[in-house]
Amino acid sequence: MTARVPADRLPADAAGAPMAVLLPQATDFVREAMRARRAGMPAWRLESRHGVALLGVFLFGCGWAQAQAGMDHPSIAATIWKWTPLLARGFAFNLAISFLAMALGTIAGFFLGFAQISLLPPVKRGAWLTTHFFRNAPWLVLLFYCMFLLPFQVTVFGVTIPIPDWSKATLGLALPVMANVSEIVRGAMQSIPTAQWESAASLAFNRRQTLWMIIVPQCIKRMLPPWMNLYAILTMATVLASIVGVNEMMTQTQRALSAEARPGLLLAFYSYVLIWFFVYCYPIARWTVRLEARYAVNQ
Amino acid sequence: MTASRDATPGPIVEIVDVHQSFGSVDVLKGVSMRVAKGGVACIIGPSGSGKSTLLRCINGLVPIRSGSIRVATFDVHRLHTDAEKIALRKEVSMVFQQYNLFPHKTALENVMMAPIHVLKEDPAEVRARALALLAKVRLAEKRDAYPGELSGGQQQRVAIARSLAMRPEVMLFDEVTAALDPETVKEVLNTIRELAGEGMTCIIVTHEMRFAREIADEVHFTDGGTIVESGPPAELFDHPRKERTRAFLSQIL
Repeated sequence: MTARVPADRLPADAAGAPMAVLLPQATDFVREAMRARRAGMPAWRLESRHGVALLGVFLFGCGWAQAQAGMDHPSIAATIWKWTPLLARGFAFNLAISFLAMALGTIAGFFLGFAQISLLPPVKRGAWLTTHFFRNAPWLVLLFYCMFLLPFQVTVFGVTIPIPDWSKATLGLALPVMANVSEIVRGAMQSIPTAQWESAASLAFNRRQTLWMIIVPQCIKRMLPPWMNLYAILTMATVLASIVGVNEMMTQTQRALSAEARPGLLLAFYSYVLIWFFVYCYPIARWTVRLEARYAVNQ
Repeated sequence: MTASRDATPGPIVEIVDVHQSFGSVDVLKGVSMRVAKGGVACIIGPSGSGKSTLLRCINGLVPIRSGSIRVATFDVHRLHTDAEKIALRKEVSMVFQQYNLFPHKTALENVMMAPIHVLKEDPAEVRARALALLAKVRLAEKRDAYPGELSGGQQQRVAIARSLAMRPEVMLFDEVTAALDPETVKEVLNTIRELAGEGMTCIIVTHEMRFAREIADEVHFTDGGTIVESGPPAELFDHPRKERTRAFLSQIL
């Protein structure tokens, strides 16, 4: 089929480079850069060796804390186990925030992405500006904006509705997600060859039909891997909410640590938190890689 | 398909003094031609001579700068809104060099899509017609195959069936065999030959001179954005009047 993405092919200079010894490395770099460009952000990959390293750090942290503690304290394993239910509740909060922010950001990002290819110049320019503003603003700054600029309650028809901190944090994280989804959507739609638009037009499809029946269905496959990549990044960014005081896992860890008042526990506890995130994100990363490989062949 | 040749006189496609430019490049510099209903016109000429652009002007994909194009009852150069252009494209269908099938739909779905969603026809009826069209292009057994699973020639025949499903008055063919390997060219040309035999009005941009000679009522040789010479194939190929035509043909034949 003619509907190949040129970006999937390596540029000619990568194939015929004079320094052939460096070729495998160079090819890797080029591939990586192309993937990042399609994803619209640095595309990182979790690998199993990262998990092994993490486990090593965790065990080392436990051993170290145990050695420092001496005999008069309960064992490290028992301490961590004692706090695990609280930390797990915090982690559930992280996941809830990630789901909500992803859902909100995806919906808003779809609209923004469509607006970016609008035929009306003001709509197109406005969408471009919004996308790039929120894509390039630091996530933490957006989070602070939402925390402190939104009211803590609103009064509608005499009924006072409180706005909890976690919902403001969710909104703050949904904004950069929206901007990134917008770019993913725009990029995928523009990667469809213009010949598809032309043949749809010559079959008398209107623009809306062409988008929904012909362009978007072909885009879904291309959008899925970068979208999942974005989700994994978002999940790890949810701990930012601890800075603005949401009861998520990071906040709970700090509480546990201050309750225990044993500096030796620091490494063990924080690497324990990392392991939780790794266990959640690793399967997503593997799945993303599998999808990328499959769609690269099929298209 | 409209098999009966209409008795009404006058051309179904009439192009008068059409000019078109992309930026500062003049692509068409005063092109005029007429095609009678049921007639077959072949456009030949070197690459970049404006052949494909001319076809795209006829179905309104590319706007023209001046001149006039009339197709059936439509004044193409006066169509501005999308709705007007869509009405035109129901009558004029186009087949492309690169087939441009929809890769996420099967062969049958490709043929059925436009009649169902654009013409709003009854799906069962459309399905029966689509199956008949696939049989006509000898691809009945490939109806559930995706474009990626078909050869170039098969994809192109599905594309022709897809265009025919709209029951157009005029078919435009834009170098439809240029991307095919030699063995599959024949099967596509046979399909077009049958169509022309049934009285479909065809405007064909092609590099297949033997095919043009056999099938055309009139051949137009274009170069540098103008029609250099037009005439019945026997005349144009055997006794070209213009030096430029002679030079072109001597290089190709």
